Amino acid sequence: MGKQLAAVIGSGQTHHRSKRLDVSMAGLCREAIDRALADAAVDLADIEAVVVGKAPDLFEGVMMPELFLADALGAVGKPLLRVHTAGSVGGSTANVAASLVHSGLHRRVLAVAFEKQSESNAMWALSIPTPFVMPVHAGAGGYFAPHVRSYIRRSGAPEHIGAMVAVKDRRNGARNPYAHLRQGDITLESVRSSTMLWDPIRYDETCPSSDGACAMVIADEGTASGRPAAWIHGTAMRTEPTTFAGRDQVNPQAGRDAAAAAWKEAGIADPLSSVDVAEIYVPFSWFEPMWLENLGFAEEGQGWKLTETGATEIGGRLPVNPSGGVLCSNPIGASGMLRFAEAAMQVMGRAGEHQVDRARTALGHAYGGGSQYFALWVVGAGKPGAEPHTGGRP
Amino acid sequence: MTDIAVVGFAQAPNVRRASGTTNGVEMLVPLFRRVLADTGLSKHDIGFWCSGSSDYLAGRAFSFVAAVDAIGAFPPVNESHVEMDAAWAMYEAWAKILTGEVETALVYGFGKSSAGQLRRVLALQLDPYVVAPLWPDSVSIAAIQARLGIEAGRWSERAMAEVAAHSRAAATANGLAQLAGPADGRVDVDDLLAAPYLADPLRAHDCAPITDGAAAVVLASGSRARELCERPAWITGLEHRVDSANLGARDLAASPSAAAAAAAAVGAARIDGVEAAELHAPFTHQEILLRGELAALGLGDEVRVNESGGVLAGNPMFAAGLACVGNAARQVMDGRAGRVLGHATSGPALQQNLVCVLEGRDQ
Amino acid sequence: MVEVLSAPLEVGFDYTRSLGPALSRFMTALRERRIEGVRGSDGRVYVPPVEYDPATAEPLTEPVEVSAEGTVLSWSWMPEPLPGQPLDRPFAWALIRLDGADTAMLHAVDAGTPERMRSGMRVRARWAAEPVGHIRDIVCFEPAGGSASPPTPAAEPAEPVTMVTTPIHLSYRHSASPGESRYLRGLADGRLLGGGRCPACGKVYIPPRGACPADGVPTAEEVELPDVGTVTTFCIVNVPFLGQRIKPPYVAAYVLLDGADIPFLHLVLGCPVDEVRMGMRVTAVWRPREEWGTTMQNIDHFKPTGEPDAPFESYAQHL
Repeated sequence: MGKQLAAVIGSGQTHHRSKRLDVSMAGLCREAIDRALADAAVDLADIEAVVVGKAPDLFEGVMMPELFLADALGAVGKPLLRVHTAGSVGGSTANVAASLVHSGLHRRVLAVAFEKQSESNAMWALSIPTPFVMPVHAGAGGYFAPHVRSYIRRSGAPEHIGAMVAVKDRRNGARNPYAHLRQGDITLESVRSSTMLWDPIRYDETCPSSDGACAMVIADEGTASGRPAAWIHGTAMRTEPTTFAGRDQVNPQAGRDAAAAAWKEAGIADPLSSVDVAEIYVPFSWFEPMWLENLGFAEEGQGWKLTETGATEIGGRLPVNPSGGVLCSNPIGASGMLRFAEAAMQVMGRAGEHQVDRARTALGHAYGGGSQYFALWVVGAGKPGAEPHTGGRP
Repeated sequence: MTDIAVVGFAQAPNVRRASGTTNGVEMLVPLFRRVLADTGLSKHDIGFWCSGSSDYLAGRAFSFVAAVDAIGAFPPVNESHVEMDAAWAMYEAWAKILTGEVETALVYGFGKSSAGQLRRVLALQLDPYVVAPLWPDSVSIAAIQARLGIEAGRWSERAMAEVAAHSRAAATANGLAQLAGPADGRVDVDDLLAAPYLADPLRAHDCAPITDGAAAVVLASGSRARELCERPAWITGLEHRVDSANLGARDLAASPSAAAAAAAAVGAARIDGVEAAELHAPFTHQEILLRGELAALGLGDEVRVNESGGVLAGNPMFAAGLACVGNAARQVMDGRAGRVLGHATSGPALQQNLVCVLEGRDQ
Repeated sequence: MVEVLSAPLEVGFDYTRSLGPALSRFMTALRERRIEGVRGSDGRVYVPPVEYDPATAEPLTEPVEVSAEGTVLSWSWMPEPLPGQPLDRPFAWALIRLDGADTAMLHAVDAGTPERMRSGMRVRARWAAEPVGHIRDIVCFEPAGGSASPPTPAAEPAEPVTMVTTPIHLSYRHSASPGESRYLRGLADGRLLGGGRCPACGKVYIPPRGACPADGVPTAEEVELPDVGTVTTFCIVNVPFLGQRIKPPYVAAYVLLDGADIPFLHLVLGCPVDEVRMGMRVTAVWRPREEWGTTMQNIDHFKPTGEPDAPFESYAQHL
């Protein structure tokens, strides 16, 4: 039978906050799901299967929470899957949901990802002392900061690039009504004067910890034709071990392979010329230039120049994270799906104040673990093959 | 629809306590070696890897991450993970092959239940607001389900003991079993019934043991499957469903999700021609309950159920469901059966169920 | 066969759960020693309440007060209660349908012996002395025969209950792999035993791994490494956090031991933080011998050797 076409026909997300104390876990999920169903103009009864994504169960203290949530998710009597691929899980969940449609198994699948970090403390859950394992003594950002230093050394990027990304993303977040951090008046000076937490990473260059959820309805060609849709042109997932001898931690091979696979499937030879907008998983600002290179938007060592010249701003050549990205909202399990959903919203023209003009082709990207799990998708306003990815914008 | 088959299966010995880590590597390395050798594949030939495991079983966040060391995952692999029994990882991999993106997949599950106190850990699967704070353990939940069926006349403590006796006897032929009857295969039901209750009305023999273990299955599509295996176990139906989590609002003596998954998996053919079934029933009454649901679809008394001994002979959490499907598939690959049914369950009191129907084909 | 090392792993946290409207109403009523369910679209009364209708998945909003007395539908006996359970003496778990409800709730029955339990028996809630708005405000149920002391009326309604706290404490036994165990025992003797060389790629891992992560084969050959190496990259930790051992600022660095093919994170002390460089040569500072155990923390930190920096090319493949 081969691969069937699949498209996002609706998406929804919560208002992300550090603590959403007004809702239960079910209520948090339903806030996103109900918006996605309304956006897709379908009912829960139209959904054939549900795919749930979430990061570690220890965050909420519930083992396989999709089991107790089955009723609230409208999954009773249906197939229900639970994906967990570390920080990339939101993206992987979308890709698994897409595969249930690509395979011809289902016509309408609900993908939902959430994290209610305020139920516990992520720092605690991620740093429970494990016997025999040397404690890092560095805290959350301390894991990634040395790799940022390596990037700066290898690329020769000027020190202010990280701050530029932070300013751009936080200002973009101010245009996004759902964003956790909305800082329209942030400046390069204020970022550069914020505390240096894990040198070379400053406070304003780090992501928040959020409660939030995201949901999407992914449908088959018959359902999606003739209505607003973000057609899925390519999906990819790649994994490599956390550490191994000779591992490139700055520009991991798994990320390069995932990107190459997604571009190939989407029929894109030159991503920078073909993609109109990218939602990239950037939890620390320096990861924007790092991932621009890893994804093939720039040659190795050149990614920071796209940032420095303003190409990644809304209105630039390749707007990156017009939603504000992970730097503005970080419900861990949902953060990846938010990237995928924002990419879909862009090509559906539904991104509101942070809409990129004439966006036809968009990338959603997520990564997790020690930069070792990657999930991507490329979505387009038209069906695959219907139009070349030439970039809709001047 | 693309034809997809199980072409390889391997399981680690079921043991009460495995030495080594909760990341599965020590158990998985020999398993991967065996299924790859059996199919003549190398790791580079595998199009997609998918696993099932649980952080709470290991007591650590991201406990599945280190398991990819066992693959030797460089160059990077196309890979995914479910926080479920690996039978559902097999479902994800099956869907992936159906998309046409890949031709082969290696699915694995692992769990070291002995690291924690399994009965308490599983209490965290219950509603976190009004049930889990009381810490009802998994055995007690199953015992409540067992009594409902006993008092409704659906099964009896003797019938449950007979299930255990059959499992022990069958497991004597299973070199990987953790619990098996005496060598002569005779287990006296009256002896079993003379034992004290563990959780009235359940006795120890009614409950699957606590087991460390792992399992791996190789899937392949179409002509690739025929190259890799003399007699592939072709998947003719693979379906799963979930029931309400509200234990007090649903009929615990029934399993609508198992019935619905089985009905969808067998399709119009019903269960006709199924010669053997491997049912994932961690408690004796659950095997009877599941048989009842399948009987409604035509599963007759002549069908050989749990010839491996089933999970009562060894229940490696998060690998056991995959092992049930694998043990069913093996009967086709070995030529012992033409059509088989494998089943997996997850969650409290059979909340979630998966059914896979496989068959051999003469060509 | 190496005997593996193992040690306790305690996982404990007091989770704070926000309730949302339906559960908030239920918990608030419990604090007043009342039990409130919710009516579903099918007319059934759900106790405990469900937030979304099982049939239509719509939010449910019609509260229904039910009795604190009800009927046991099924039960099991708990001869040896586990930590955290409602009672510390033998008791029954039961599905209890309260009068006025159509569904059953799971709770404990303080029956003393299993002989006093049967399906169909009548039970009533035993309330906590000081209810706070939590499912455990119902301590347990008890057989309803005989006279019950009338419940003390609870205090005047205060602010609604919107949060519950749920302590979750689990104990595990964490084991090292056989290779790790050899390495850890080596550390206890002040030796750095690499986990061996991978027979396929020849790379030397420290700490050892169950399998070479690139080749998937066990790395059996043991290689002893010196306690001298090179800083590949690092960060300066300026931020205080829970469980921190030393006062910021300090340097967390990847150290590549001479002869190893993989760096590990450790502390670099013994010089001002702004003097630490990529390529800096460092040597281990061991703790006093009497403090050594089976842990990498026997090395307190690394300090500069004073040698010239290693050239970038010598560690560029380890970034």
